[in-house]
Amino acid sequence: MTENKEKTTIVLFSGELDKAIAAFIIANGAAAYDHDVTIFFTFWGLNALRKDEQAAVKKGFLENMFAKMMPRGANRLGLSKMNFGGMGPKMIKHVMKKHNALSLPELIELAQEQGVKLVGCTMTMDLLGLQKEELLDGIEYAGVAAYLGDATDAKVNLFI
Amino acid sequence: MNSDKMLDAKGLACPLPVVRTKKSIDELKSGQVLEVHATDKGAKNDLSAWATRTGHELLNTAEENGVYKFWIKKA
Repeated sequence: MTENKEKTTIVLFSGELDKAIAAFIIANGAAAYDHDVTIFFTFWGLNALRKDEQAAVKKGFLENMFAKMMPRGANRLGLSKMNFGGMGPKMIKHVMKKHNALSLPELIELAQEQGVKLVGCTMTMDLLGLQKEELLDGIEYAGVAAYLGDATDAKVNLFI
Repeated sequence: MNSDKMLDAKGLACPLPVVRTKKSIDELKSGQVLEVHATDKGAKNDLSAWATRTGHELLNTAEENGVYKFWIKKA
């Protein structure tokens, strides 16, 4: 049965809350269809995988600047529209709770529970100065060829 | 309609009704029937699409006071 499984791959390039939520809802839906699902995180998308707390890692000056300027984790992402200096995300989180929608951290947890493969792009991790210790546990690390290997067999390929 | 298992997905928002349905179906044996109750307005199309694509049989659907009911027979 595992041999004939359909595949879904998603590239999460964006680092905004709304786009990350969309990616994880689709990923969880595809997992419910029993697809092998891969989300490949590159550039700003990597920020969704950062741990809440600061990890003790050694960094250069530029890498430190990047680390401070980028949102640390799924709870701190801004909105792609109507961010209003951080008020937007607060409002949308309130509305989501009201409608019983899962928060982004809950969607990530559900995805991991359902066996969705989360892959960090090592090249952009180097560029942004992000290290494995700063990202959630249970993540795989790879490059474009590994992503294409999965994407070639997938009927659903999304770039978000 | 008779069912072997009942899943209460009322109040759950997308994608949870489908995710929970998949989990519940996984726990059944082939030929057994799962009954699902949901209130998410997308659930009607979601669950019938899901059942069709995954090869299970959607035996019956009903709607009562805003609750969508589904009977799905495991393939």
